[in-house]
Amino acid sequence: MSDMNTAMIEKYRNSFLSEVEANVEEGEWVKMCMQCGVCAGSCPLGDAWEHTPQKIFMMIRAGKRDEVLQSDSMWMCTSCYNCIVRCPRELPITHIMHGLAHYAKRLGIVPQGQPTAKFAQLFWNNLMKKGRVNELKLGISLYFMNGFGEGVKTSLKMKDIGIGMVKTKRMNPMEMLGGHAVKDLSGFQKVIKKAQELEDARLAKHGG
Amino acid sequence: MADDKKFAGFICTGCGIGERLDAGQLETTAKRDGKMAICHQHEMLCSKEGVQLIRDTIDNDGATHVMIAACSRRAKVEAFSFPDVAMSRANLREGVIWARPDTDEARETTQDMADDYIRMACAEVKYMNKPKMSGEQALNKTILVVGGGVTGMTAALETAAAGFAVHLVEKTGALGGWAAKWHKRIPGRAAADGVANGTNVDLPMPMENDIADMVAAVEANELITVHLNSTVTKTSGAPGRFSADITTESGATATENFGAIVQASGWKEFDPSAIPSLGSSNADVVSNVELEALAKAAGDGPIKRPSDGKEVKSVVFVQNAGQASTAEGHLPYHSGIGDLIAIKQAMYFKAQNGKDCDTTILFDNLRTPGAAGEDFYRSGQQQMVIFSKGQVGDVTSSGNGATVNFRDLILDEDVALQADLVVLDLGMVPNSGPDPYAANESQEGMSDEEKTADNSARETAVTIDSILNLDYRQGTDLPQLKWGFTDSHFICFPYETRRTGIYAAGPVRRPMDIKQAQDDATGAAMKAIQAAINAGQGSAAHPRVGDLSYPSFRKEGCTQCKRCTVECPFGAINEDEKRYPQFNESRCRRCGTCMGACPVRVISFENYSIDTVGQQIKAVDMPDEFSEKPRILVMACENDAYPALDQAAMSGQEISPWARIVPVRCLGSVSLSWVTDAMNSGYDGIVMMGCQRGEDYQCHFVRGSTMAAERMAKVGDTLSTLNLEPERVVVHEVAITDIERAPRLIKEMEEVVEKVGMSPFKF
Repeated sequence: MSDMNTAMIEKYRNSFLSEVEANVEEGEWVKMCMQCGVCAGSCPLGDAWEHTPQKIFMMIRAGKRDEVLQSDSMWMCTSCYNCIVRCPRELPITHIMHGLAHYAKRLGIVPQGQPTAKFAQLFWNNLMKKGRVNELKLGISLYFMNGFGEGVKTSLKMKDIGIGMVKTKRMNPMEMLGGHAVKDLSGFQKVIKKAQELEDARLAKHGG
Repeated sequence: MADDKKFAGFICTGCGIGERLDAGQLETTAKRDGKMAICHQHEMLCSKEGVQLIRDTIDNDGATHVMIAACSRRAKVEAFSFPDVAMSRANLREGVIWARPDTDEARETTQDMADDYIRMACAEVKYMNKPKMSGEQALNKTILVVGGGVTGMTAALETAAAGFAVHLVEKTGALGGWAAKWHKRIPGRAAADGVANGTNVDLPMPMENDIADMVAAVEANELITVHLNSTVTKTSGAPGRFSADITTESGATATENFGAIVQASGWKEFDPSAIPSLGSSNADVVSNVELEALAKAAGDGPIKRPSDGKEVKSVVFVQNAGQASTAEGHLPYHSGIGDLIAIKQAMYFKAQNGKDCDTTILFDNLRTPGAAGEDFYRSGQQQMVIFSKGQVGDVTSSGNGATVNFRDLILDEDVALQADLVVLDLGMVPNSGPDPYAANESQEGMSDEEKTADNSARETAVTIDSILNLDYRQGTDLPQLKWGFTDSHFICFPYETRRTGIYAAGPVRRPMDIKQAQDDATGAAMKAIQAAINAGQGSAAHPRVGDLSYPSFRKEGCTQCKRCTVECPFGAINEDEKRYPQFNESRCRRCGTCMGACPVRVISFENYSIDTVGQQIKAVDMPDEFSEKPRILVMACENDAYPALDQAAMSGQEISPWARIVPVRCLGSVSLSWVTDAMNSGYDGIVMMGCQRGEDYQCHFVRGSTMAAERMAKVGDTLSTLNLEPERVVVHEVAITDIERAPRLIKEMEEVVEKVGMSPFKF
C-alpha cells in the first residue's frame, strides 16, 4: 500500500486538494468550505481532536498532506452529524471525514495504534466471516485488542454481566463456536467481491 | 402690521381634542390673545367639509393668514395645503392630548398647554408672509456631466432618456474611462433562484466587457454633446442658471448654461511606491489594474508574466495592499471591491492558463458586495481558486517570480509562498478637487498669524487640479467628508453634495464597481433633473422640498461680518462687489443656518424668521414664580427631534406638561437671541434637540447641529451675566428613533429646575 502512497505523492505533487478531490469520497466538496468554523464549534468532541474539520479543510488546501492523512481527527468522528446539519455551505462534513480516514487506510498511513482504526479492522474481519456481526466474538476480541493480560482482566470484570445476559437469553455462549451465518453467505460474498472490483476500478482510474 | 392682513383661526375638535380640552376656551384664547379676526371650530377639520370651511374663509372672507389648531404639522399635510396663504399649525393632538394623561389632576395643565400652543401658533402666523418664488432663475433643461467614464456615460444616457440635453465633458481623448480597459467585468447577477449548494452548479462567471457598446450609445445619442480633451475651467451661477466654461486642451473655450451638474470624476489608482515592502519594484509583482492589461493582451490565451514572458503557472493575490491601514502613506480605508476583482482575475488564470494553474487569494477580510457577491465567491471556489486567510508580511524577489511571506491566520503559522506572478490589490483614490474646507479644519485653534503663514504655505504647496472651478466664495470644488470623498448625507441623501444642484456619483463618492457606479449615476441623474425643475419653480431641494421661501436681509442693518457666508453649509452665499452677502436663492437649502449665525438678526425668510420663533417664545403665558408651574422651552429640529416627540406621544409616552415645544428648521438656525430672550422672559430651562454632529453626522443640513453646538458653547457666559445657572440650557443630539429618550430629556430638565429653583425673571 505504501507504493500507492508514493504514486499518489508523485501524481499530485502540487495539489493535495486535487488529490483529495479525486480520491476521497465527497472530497470534491472541500474546495467549497468558506472557513466559517461552524463545524468546529458544533462538534461535541471538538476539544478532543487534533484538528477540527475547519482546520482539516484548510490544511488540505495548504497542501499539508502528511499532517492531514496522519491526523487522528477523522478517526475520532462519532457521526453525530451536527456539522452537516449546521454547515451553511452544506458540505457533507461527516462523510468527508470518513472518506479521509478510508483514504488514509488505503494508503497504509493510519497513525500507529489508533484505537478506532483497530476496532474498525476487527469489526470488518468479524463481519466478513459470516456476513453478520458476531457480537460475542467481537466483544471478546475488543477485550483482547490491547494484549492478553488486559483481555483477561476485562473479561473477569465483565463476567457477571455476561452470566446475566446468558440467563436472560440475551447472549448465546454457543456463538463462540463458529456462530451462525446469514442465509445466503455465498451471495453476500459475491456482493463484497463485486464492491471490491468497483472500488479497484475507481482507484485504477485515478492512477492509484 | 399692514392692513391687508386678515387672520383666521381654525380649531379642530376631532380625534378627542374636543373631549379632552375646552374648545370654547381655546377659541377665546385665539381671539383674545391670538387676535384672530375669524375663528371657527370644526369636529373634523381634515375632512372634506372642514377643508372646504378653510377654503371658503380664504376665498370669501379674504383670510390671508391661517392658524390651524389640530394635529402635528407633520400630519395631514395634503389636506391642510393652502399655498396661497401664510399658515401655522398648533399641535393639539400629538403635542398635547396624546402626550398627557387623561386624568382630573392633569386637566388644568393640559388645557394650559393647549392654550399656549394656540397663542404660539397665532403669534407665529402674525409674523409670517406667504412665500413667493424669487424669479431669479428659469427652467433650464440641459445637464452638465463631468467625466466620461462608466458613471458619467450612464448619467448622460439616463438624463437623455428623460428628455434632457446633456453636455459630457471628458478630460482624455476617449470615452470609457477605466472600465474600457478591463478584460472582463464582475458579474452583476446572482445565481439563478433555486441553484443549490454544490460542487458543480451554475454560478456567475466574469462577464464580457460591454463598455464599447455604451460608448457607441453615447456617441449616437442626439441629446448628448461630448467634449473630449476638455475640462471645466469655470463654473458660476446656481441651479437653473449655472454657466460653465468648457475648455479644450488647445485652449478653445465654449460657455454653456446648465440647469444642474453631475460630477462623475471617478478615481485613480493608489500609488504602490508607498508600499515598497510588497515588492512593487519587482516586474513580476503587478497591480490589479496592470493585470487587466496583461489579461487583455493575452486575449483568450495564457497570461504571461512581465519579466520574461513565461506562461504563469502560479499566481498569488495579495489583498488589501496598503489599504485600511494607519501606516504613513497608506490608504486609511478599504476599497471594498478588491476581493471581487481578485476572484474575477483568478478566474482569468483558471480559464486561460489552465485548471492546474495555482491561484491563491490571500485575504484578510473577504468581502464580496453586490448582487453576485457570495455566489461569485462560490464560483471562484468551484474553479479551485484557493482562499487563504493570511496577513502578508512582505514580498521578496527570488529571481524567479516572487515569494510572498505571510502568516496563515487559520493554521497559525508563517508561510513563504513562491509564485510566478504576484498581484497587489490596490485601493481606489477619489478624483476630487481641492477640499474647500481643508484649511478651515486644519487651522482650528490657530492664531491669526499662524493662519496667514499656513495659508501662504498652502499656496506654494503642490495643488490638486480643480474639477469644477466654481467661483463660489467657499472654494472651487465640492466639500469632502474625509479621505477625499465628497460629502453627502450618507443615509438619506447620498447624491446630494453640499453644493445644491451639483450631484456627485460613482467612485468619487465612495469606492465602487461598475454595477454600483451605474446605479449611482442613475440616481444622481434623476436628482439633477429634479434640481433643474425645482430651480425652475423656485422651490427648494431636499429636505424642504417645495419650499418657496429664501433668505433675504435688511441691508442697512448688515455689518458685513461675513458669518453667514462662512457658515452656510452649502456655499450658497457669495459677496457682492460692495461686500454685502449675496444670497443665491436656488443654491439655498432653506436651513436657516445663516439666520442663526447673524449677530445683528437681519436675515430672515418670509415664513421663518427671528420674529416667527421669537414671538412664539414671548406668546407663552408665563405663570409667576410661586405658581409651581415652570416653563421649559424645547427647540426641536423639525427633521428628527420633532417627529421623535410626535412618535413618543403616539406611542403613549408622557411629555412634561411644562414643556413648550417649538420646531426649528435646523438647530443651526437657532439664534442666540431666542435663548437670551427666553431666559429674560422667565423660562426656567431650555432644551435644544438637534441631530448627531461630527464625522458621522445625521444633520440634514450637514453642519447645522455642529454650528449650533459651537454657538451654544458660549451661552454659559450669557447665563452667568444674568446670574442664572448654566445647567438651565442644554443641547442634545436626538435621533428620530429616540422616542423614549426625547421625552426623558425634557423630564431631566424638569428635575434640574426642581433642583435649582424657578427662574427669578418671571413678571
